[in-house]
Amino acid sequence: MRRDNIINKKAVVAIIFCVMLIVISFSGCVQEESKEKVLIFASAGDVDKLDPADVTDGESVERMDNIFEGLVEYKPGGTEIQPCLATSWVTSSDGKNITFTLRQGVKFHDGTDFNADAVVFSFERQYNTSHPYFQYGEWIYWGLFYSDISSVEKIDNYTVNIRLDKVNAEMMTNLAMFTVTIVSPTNAEIWKEDAFKHPVGTGPFKFVEWVKDDHITLEANKEYWRGAPKLDKLIFRVIEDPSARLLALQATEIQGMEFPDPASFNSIKADSNLQLLTAPGMNVGYLAINCGYGYNDNNSNGVHDTDEPWVETPGYFEPFTNKSVRQAINYAINKTSIIENLYKGTAIVAKNGMPPFMLGYNDDIVDYPYNPDKARELLTEAGYPNGFNTTLWVMPVSRPYMFDPVKIGEAIQSYLEDVNIHIQFYQVEWATYLEKTEAGEHPMCLLGWTGDNGDPNNFMQLYGANGCNIGGALNVAFYNSTDVQDLLDAALQTYDTNERADLYEEAQEIIHEDAPYLYLAHANQNLVFTKNVQGFVLNPTARYFFYPVDLT
Amino acid sequence: MKWYIIKRLLQIIPVILGVTIIAFTLIHIAPGDPARNMLGQHASQQEIDEIRAKYGLDQPLYVQYFIWLGDVLQGNLGRSILSHEQVTIEIASRFPNTIELAIAAMLFAILIGVIAGIISATKQYSIADYSVMGIALFGISMPVFWLGIMLMMIFGVYLGWLPIGGRIDLLIPFHRVTGFMVLDSIITANGAALISVLSHLVLPAIALGTIPMAIIARTTRSSMLEILRQDFIRTERAKGLSERIVIYKHALRNAMVPVVTVVGLNFGLLLSGAILTETVFSWPGVGRLVVNAVYARDYPLVIGCILVFALVFVIVNLITDILYTYIDPRIHYD
Repeated sequence: MRRDNIINKKAVVAIIFCVMLIVISFSGCVQEESKEKVLIFASAGDVDKLDPADVTDGESVERMDNIFEGLVEYKPGGTEIQPCLATSWVTSSDGKNITFTLRQGVKFHDGTDFNADAVVFSFERQYNTSHPYFQYGEWIYWGLFYSDISSVEKIDNYTVNIRLDKVNAEMMTNLAMFTVTIVSPTNAEIWKEDAFKHPVGTGPFKFVEWVKDDHITLEANKEYWRGAPKLDKLIFRVIEDPSARLLALQATEIQGMEFPDPASFNSIKADSNLQLLTAPGMNVGYLAINCGYGYNDNNSNGVHDTDEPWVETPGYFEPFTNKSVRQAINYAINKTSIIENLYKGTAIVAKNGMPPFMLGYNDDIVDYPYNPDKARELLTEAGYPNGFNTTLWVMPVSRPYMFDPVKIGEAIQSYLEDVNIHIQFYQVEWATYLEKTEAGEHPMCLLGWTGDNGDPNNFMQLYGANGCNIGGALNVAFYNSTDVQDLLDAALQTYDTNERADLYEEAQEIIHEDAPYLYLAHANQNLVFTKNVQGFVLNPTARYFFYPVDLT
Repeated sequence: MKWYIIKRLLQIIPVILGVTIIAFTLIHIAPGDPARNMLGQHASQQEIDEIRAKYGLDQPLYVQYFIWLGDVLQGNLGRSILSHEQVTIEIASRFPNTIELAIAAMLFAILIGVIAGIISATKQYSIADYSVMGIALFGISMPVFWLGIMLMMIFGVYLGWLPIGGRIDLLIPFHRVTGFMVLDSIITANGAALISVLSHLVLPAIALGTIPMAIIARTTRSSMLEILRQDFIRTERAKGLSERIVIYKHALRNAMVPVVTVVGLNFGLLLSGAILTETVFSWPGVGRLVVNAVYARDYPLVIGCILVFALVFVIVNLITDILYTYIDPRIHYD
C-alpha cells in the first residue's frame, strides 16, 4: 500500500516536470515580432459561401468585395457608377444593348487571364439552365435584379455585349452589385461544386484560408492592376457578441469592428485609441397604414394588369382608406422624439421613403410637423371626432431601421392615444410576420427596407401600385396609386439620370400628400477602428473595401 | 463486462431514433422555413416554392424523415442548406474545439471542485467551509454570459494577461492535423502555437467550468461528510493512520461515486452550456453552429448536430457507468 503511494507520487512529479520542460522548451521558439501590416476586422457572423453570385448575406459580401471585382463599381462613398474591370461602355439607341470594353492585362489570382470568356462564364452560369455550372448554385439575386438580361455575348476577347429584354435604367447599378463580379473560370472548373470554398477573383486581396466560425485570411495581391494594397494581410474574424467585439478592440486583438452596441458609443468616443466612423445607411424604417386595396397577381408577373381587379385586403380598415385619417396619424406622432430617445443616436429622421443621398431624393418636401391639434381636427373632418380602435403590428425582431420595435410601438401607441386612436399590439414570429404583412392582413404595421443596389428604383418600387399584390406585396401600405406607378415606370425607361431624378421627385410629392406611410428613420451605419487605421471610406451600400486602408 | 458494453451500445439505436424523430418534428413544427430565410424579405412566393422543392421540403414530414434516415444509414448526413457544405464536414470542423473546451472546463471543475469539497467537508462549519460553499452558491447562480464578459474585462483588457477570445493568435502560423488544436500543436512541435492555444483556452474553460465546479464542490462535500461519519473511518483513525491517508486514500475514494455521476451528467450539460460560452468567447464550436443552424432553419445541419450531441451524451453516460466499477469494485454489471 505504502509503496504504491510512493510510486504514484513519483509519477506525478515526473509528469509535472515533463510538462514544464515541454512548455519551457517551446516558449523559446515564440515567433518573432511580425513586421507585416496585418489588419484584423471583426464581423458579427461567419459567411455562408464565398461565391459572389450565390450569397445574400452581408458577411459573405464583406469578404468577397476584397477578392472579386465587377465590370463597374460604385464611386467610393457614393452610389454613382464608375468603370472597374470594364474601361468603358456604350448603350445602343434602343437602350436594349450595353456593350462593354474590358480592361486588358488583368489576371486572376490563379494566373488566368481576365477576358470576355471569364465575363460570359460569370454571367451565363447564373441564367442559362443548360450551362454545366448552373446546377451548383441557387443564383437567388439573378431573378430579383437581372431577369431583364436575355444574354451576355462575347464580341471579341475584350468586348462583351449585354442584351436586355426591355430597357431597364436600374441595370447599371445592378451591375455594380457583388452578384455579377467576375470569377475565374479555370478555378470553377477545378473545384466544381466546391468552388465556393476557393474564391479566385481579380481584386486587391487573395484568399488564403477559411476556418469556419473563426476567421478568413486574405493576403495582398501584389500584382493588383491598380497597384499592390498597403496591407499585407487582411483577416476577418467572427465575434458574434458586440461587447466581446469591443473588448477585443480595446485589447487591440483586432483593429476594426462592425455593429457596435449604441449603448457603448460614449465609451468609444471617450477612448483615445479608438475612432467611431458614422455615415448614413441605405435603409428606411416606416409605419405602413393599410389603405385597403390590393390585387391578386394571377399571372405572377409582378405587375397590376387590367384583368386583375382591386379587392379589399384581409386587413381592410375603413378609416384608413381616408387620406385625412392617414395625414392625421402623420401629424400625431413626434418622430424627432422617437429618433432621439429610442434610436439612441443611431438614426436620422426620415421624411421620404428613400435615404437622402440617393438620386431623386426630394429634399423640398416639408415633413408633417408634430401637431396633435391638427391631427384631431383632421380626424373630426374625416368623421371620427371620437377616434377609433385598431391594431398595430409590431416587428418581432429589431433591425437598424427599427431599433427597438416594441418601444417604438409603445411610443406610437401613446401618441395616437392622445388623439383618441386606441391601439392594440399584434406580434408574431418574423417569417410569419413577413408572410402575413405581404398578404395585407394588418391594419397598420411597422416594417422597413434595406437597399440592395443603390438605385432609387430599389426603394421607390415599394410605393407603386404594382407592389400591392396580395400575398407578395412590397407595398405593405397597399397604396395603389397608378399615378405613382406611371412615374416609376417612366423612370425605368430612361438612362438619363436628371430625367429619372425629376420623375422620382414628383412621385415623392404625391406619396407625401396621400400619406400611406409614416416614414420614421434612416439608420446610420457605424464602424469602429483603432486610431492607427487610416483611409477607410464608409459606403452607403455598407460594403467594406480595404484596398485604400493603411496602418500607421 | 464485454456483454454489458455491447448491450449498452445497442441501446443507443432506439435512443438515437427517438431523439431524431422528436428533433425532426420539433424543428419542422417551428414557424419559418429555410427557403424564406435564405431568400429574405425581397423574395417572391415562386422563388420560395422553387427552393422548397429543390430541398424536398414540400414532401410530407414522414417522407422527409425516411429519406434522411436512409441517407444517414449510408453515412451521409446531407448538405447544409445555407452553406452547401456537407453536414459531416461542418460538424467535424467544429467538434474538436467543443470537446477540447468541454474537457478543459471539466478538468478545471473537477480539480477545484473536489479540492474545495474536501476542504469544506473536513473543516465543516469553519470559515473555510462557509466561504467555499458561499463561492459555490455564487458559481451556480452566475450567468455564463456575464461571467465571461467579466473575465474578459479583467484578464483580457485591464490586466492584459490572457486573450479575449478566439482559438489562437491568428498571426502565429499553424498547421492543422487532427483539428484538436492542443494536440496538433504538440504533434507539429509548434511551441508558440501551443502556448497561444492553451492561453486561449483558459478563460472560456473557467467560464464554462464554474457551474459544474460549484456542483462538484457541493456534491463532494456532502458525500465526504457522509463517509467521514462511517465506522470504517473511525476504525482507520483508531488504527493510527495519518489523517491525510484517511481522507485522501479511503474516504475520498468512497465518496467519489456520486461525484462521478455528477461529472458524467455535467459533461453532457457542458455541451449545451458551451453554446453561450462559445458565443461570448467567439469559440468556433458545435454550440454556435447549432444555434445559427436553428435560426436559419437549416434542417439537415440542426438534425446532424443533435445526432452528434445525443451520441456524445449516451457515450459519456456509458463511460461513467463503467468508471463506477473501477471506483467501487462491489459494482458489477454481469
